[in-house]
Amino acid sequence: MTTHPATGEALHTVSVVVNGGLRTAQVPARRLLSDFLRHDLGLTGTHVGCEHGVCGACTVLVDGAPMRSCLMFAVSAEGHEITTVEGLAARSGAAEGDLGPVQQAFIDSHGLQCGFCTPGFLTTVTAYLESNPDPTPDEAREAISGNLCRCTGYQNIVTAVCRAAELIEERGI
Amino acid sequence: MTTKLFGAPITRREDPRLVSGNGKYLDDLGAGALAAAFVRSPYAHARIVDIDVSGALDVEGVVAIYTHEDLDGAVADRLPLLIPHPALTAPMVAYPLAPTHVKHVGEPVVMVVAADRYVAEDACGRIRVDYEQLPPVVGVEAARAATHLVHEEAPGNVAAHLVQEVGDARAAVAAAPHRLELDLFIDRSASMPMEGKGVLAQWNADDQMMRIYSSTQTATGVRASVAAKLGLPLAKVECIAPDIGGGFGAKIMHPWAEEVLVPWAARRLNRDVKWVEDRREHFISSTHERSQVQHVEVGFDDDGRVLGLDVTFWHDNGAYTPYGIIVPIITSTQLLGPYKPGAYRVEFFSLYTTTVIVTPYRGAGRPQGVYAMERTMDAIADYLGKDRADVRSANFILPEEMPYDHGLLFQDGRPYKYDSGDFPGSLAKLKALVGWDEWADYRAAAEAEGRRVGLGIGCYVEGTGVGPYEGGHVQVETSGRVNVATGLTTQGQGHQTAFAQIVADELGVPIDDVYVTTGDTRKMAYAVGTFASRAAVVSGNAVALAARAVRAKALRLAANALEVDEADLEIVDGIVRVVGSPESAIPLGTLSVLSNPLRYAFDEAAKAATQFAGAADFSKPPVADDEEPGLEGRDFFSPTQSTFANGMHAAIVETDPVTAEITILRYCVIHDCGNLINPMIVEGQVHGGVGQGVGGALYERMVYDDAGQLLNASFMDFLMPYASEVPHVETDHLMTPSPLNPLGVKGAGEAGCIPVTAVIASAIEDAEGFPIRSMPISPVELWELRRRHAAGELPSLRRHTAATS
Amino acid sequence: MKPSPFEYHAPRSIDAAVAVLAEVGHDGKVLAGGQSLIPILNMRLASPAHLVDINRVSGLDTVEVTAEHVRIGALVRHAQLEHHDGAYAAQPLLRQALLNVAHPVIRNRGTTVGSIAHADPSGEMPSVLVLTAGVVEATSVRGTREIPAAEFFLGPLESCLAEDEVATAVRFGRFSPGTGTAFQEIARRHGDYALAGMAAVVTVRDGVITEAGASFVSLTATPDILDLSAALAGATPEDADYAAAAALVRDHVDPDADIHASAEYRRMLAGAIAERLLPVAARRGIRQRSEQEATA
Repeated sequence: MTTHPATGEALHTVSVVVNGGLRTAQVPARRLLSDFLRHDLGLTGTHVGCEHGVCGACTVLVDGAPMRSCLMFAVSAEGHEITTVEGLAARSGAAEGDLGPVQQAFIDSHGLQCGFCTPGFLTTVTAYLESNPDPTPDEAREAISGNLCRCTGYQNIVTAVCRAAELIEERGI
Repeated sequence: MTTKLFGAPITRREDPRLVSGNGKYLDDLGAGALAAAFVRSPYAHARIVDIDVSGALDVEGVVAIYTHEDLDGAVADRLPLLIPHPALTAPMVAYPLAPTHVKHVGEPVVMVVAADRYVAEDACGRIRVDYEQLPPVVGVEAARAATHLVHEEAPGNVAAHLVQEVGDARAAVAAAPHRLELDLFIDRSASMPMEGKGVLAQWNADDQMMRIYSSTQTATGVRASVAAKLGLPLAKVECIAPDIGGGFGAKIMHPWAEEVLVPWAARRLNRDVKWVEDRREHFISSTHERSQVQHVEVGFDDDGRVLGLDVTFWHDNGAYTPYGIIVPIITSTQLLGPYKPGAYRVEFFSLYTTTVIVTPYRGAGRPQGVYAMERTMDAIADYLGKDRADVRSANFILPEEMPYDHGLLFQDGRPYKYDSGDFPGSLAKLKALVGWDEWADYRAAAEAEGRRVGLGIGCYVEGTGVGPYEGGHVQVETSGRVNVATGLTTQGQGHQTAFAQIVADELGVPIDDVYVTTGDTRKMAYAVGTFASRAAVVSGNAVALAARAVRAKALRLAANALEVDEADLEIVDGIVRVVGSPESAIPLGTLSVLSNPLRYAFDEAAKAATQFAGAADFSKPPVADDEEPGLEGRDFFSPTQSTFANGMHAAIVETDPVTAEITILRYCVIHDCGNLINPMIVEGQVHGGVGQGVGGALYERMVYDDAGQLLNASFMDFLMPYASEVPHVETDHLMTPSPLNPLGVKGAGEAGCIPVTAVIASAIEDAEGFPIRSMPISPVELWELRRRHAAGELPSLRRHTAATS
Repeated sequence: MKPSPFEYHAPRSIDAAVAVLAEVGHDGKVLAGGQSLIPILNMRLASPAHLVDINRVSGLDTVEVTAEHVRIGALVRHAQLEHHDGAYAAQPLLRQALLNVAHPVIRNRGTTVGSIAHADPSGEMPSVLVLTAGVVEATSVRGTREIPAAEFFLGPLESCLAEDEVATAVRFGRFSPGTGTAFQEIARRHGDYALAGMAAVVTVRDGVITEAGASFVSLTATPDILDLSAALAGATPEDADYAAAAALVRDHVDPDADIHASAEYRRMLAGAIAERLLPVAARRGIRQRSEQEATA
């Protein structure tokens, strides 16, 4: 087993499919999936807001289901498929350079301000709409009630969830 | 101008980047930098007996460990007192690393620099600090009692004592037909941005140049303070505020110990060093706000008109006062809201406690002041058996009385003078929106179903757009691209959109050609920062003035090139053309070429500006005596005083008769911040402010035990509201333009949160029929109040006494 | 906030997993969903030297519904069980309670067996296990054993699992026809740990309540069953004296105070929940019986 040149920690080889591509890195066992994505793979769109699983900023899709990447070790993700905010457009089938419907809806509805919590909302909402394609505003509000946002008061995020459902319907995704 | 962008609810230009994961926040930068972590005091008050770092030295990956003894130069001194004030007689500011004493849990004692944060934390865990514990001082009452002192230098734990008085308030209270006294309390919350603080320092030894990235609300402030601490010429320090994951005031405090130590270590190690605050650190070592004990004495007439108002309050400023006494000064002045008491006296004591420092958090002392005033208004109404809105109306400053000078000094040391506002107009809109006049029917219908409901109201005035100044720089490139820079920073307010709207309109260019940079000292070295709802007012007007300068220059150049009179020209879609004959036109990009006479052609556009490109007037220099090369302009806006926005909120709450759970059924907002640059963004600011206000009213509180331990230093126990706790907000706007600036705008950033605590207290009081004097309030606290009320320990509201007798 | 270093073990079989645990003993910790464990590791409130990640052990991710029970393996995520229609039909209390376990995203990763093994008195699923007279299946190098729910929980965050044991599955019992269930908790915020919570079960025969019971969340040091038959049996769901049952509940629970609520307030909530929840369970009992009869 190899060790980290600076810290001497034992390294594990972790291979995951991230946003459709196989990515491999050598990391210590204690490397959180959030840090692995951000610092080992350079996918800094996934944000870290609390590192105890409450805020939801670090939410990514693991095999299609939203999970807290700060509450998983990278080594546990070995062999799984992960979608981060960087992969949402492609996942939705949007053309290269275009945005996915959830992303577009957040823009249309002013569903973000500082944008720090936004990736966690986008991944959560993406998965939610796949199983609940036509939510009422109350259902949309409940769907986002596991993520903290300090800027928006959530109102426009609720609007964005409903708007995203419309866009998905329009685009026939 | 073809389309008017000012006032249009256009979507934000920053968003495509932010929704794609392409934002660049502090921790997204500096891959490969060393990581810093800190050993922080586990005690609220202690003397440091010994620090033993030996156990950490052999942790593989550790690069350096620093204690106070290792610090040199000005870094070894106390951090600066940012805002001195004559009344701040015992200012105390911390050292970057505590040398002998710690005054709150979380104060940094040892700095570790290591290969990564994991290892840095390993090392922190192996450092042994021996402390001799000293008596903690927790809460306003303990500070007032002064049985123990936080600082020997501050007798009675008093940092500051200030009295302001207009008229003889005490005599007016004594002579008034009716008098009331209220004792009030409001507890601590915090800004709690989703991204904590953070700093990345890159020392370029070749250039002897320091570049700092900081998650700050003031890049120029960090730059200047780090230059001073490190003994570097200002020219050798640059500071960039990248994308920032929220600030709400926490990041206007500066320089944080870490903002000084990280650059210091980076230079010493000649390595990039980064510190990213984690959530626990943010709870115990950044900043809180709100805690005050207030005593109000008020005298009023039969109509509820306040003849005399005498307020004393005790403000918990935490362990140090680096940001001066801005918060209590704002409370003491903005307490007055839209009202004009016959005489006013306010006295405050700012007190030290062995807890996290207190510096502005969105609202910055206003929520406390509005709480005191609005609780008083409700008490007057109840005492007289009058409608709560009518009592407020009786005290309003009227539009024809504007500008209205309260005769006090505001937080900027300038007169506290309202510039404009239509308070009766706002109240009329609010009453219509919430259905004020139909309330009795609403309540009766709910009561018939066995439900308990209450209606609350709160009014405020917010001094916004405080000086001293901000600058704008606007430059048109030869491609037609327009670069705009202003120095203050952005934490989600949509400056890249709002400032682009202003410039696009002023200059007559498509907004897609406009690129705004904020918070980068390389682009704009003169700036103050983002606080006090000032960006749209101060920077907004500065970029407008700069754009006007560019426009004037463009018209001069075009008039010359087209051989027409400037007055006959207009700029449409980036093209200067003769009014009425659009074929006679020249693009701004071409004017940019012409504005910069060249010797060397580096591209096709540049060829036109080279020395052999065309005829020239040999009697004149290539650059006229009174011109500068380049199609660019710079200007500053420095307001004579703040401009005052205002708003009025109302809420309907339901309280569970059994469990005392509190639900907000409706929340209505009337907001007047003058002309709106982008109504969508303003609306979003209001929503977010209300959301934060609801947190402060019903959920959030810093729970310290008697030993000074913060018991809820995590998102599990500090109850920031989720979407499920925040009500849908109904809004309506009034637009009373400010006469104090060219755009007629007022600030909007803080507004939403200011009256929420007052409004919710008012509504719960209305539902329950007994006074609410302590906020925030949780179900268990309301339940306890009910028991005390039932036991006769709390009086009933008179309205309720009358209704039930 | 980063975890301390640990040696990572990723066994592919339960035998391999328990072999590691037997070797490392007190220094080892089992990682399944990690939604309770990893926050504790990140805050360095625990620093086990060995982490035994059982996520790659095969055969632990199934939900099995039989006439007697709903059996779930140690890797069944809360969400998987929540959405399992067969499990819901067999024991509706599962879904009713699972909807209160944190937020959906946490339920996507967290495991039901893990939250039972965690033995948190504010956890929902330990109470459900107890109320359904469930069983924990545990394995170690010493063999396997079945632990009745009533014996499993020893105290707050303390179960009778030995250091070298892995809870490989739990079985939730099923109720007899005519039994209705309900679950409610009151929390400060949606998804928070409950200030007070309760699982209720009421059996109705021939329109009359024959049996009733409840277990609690955040109200007792370990989950236990309170028999409420004395207060409710013999009455119809419409006429039953739910206030008397609520009084029994208030007498029974023994909540702690914390920064969010006093013990007294929680006790009051327990009664309030009981009074609201028991009639719901009773009505469901009637409906459940009539549905049963309709399909028979």
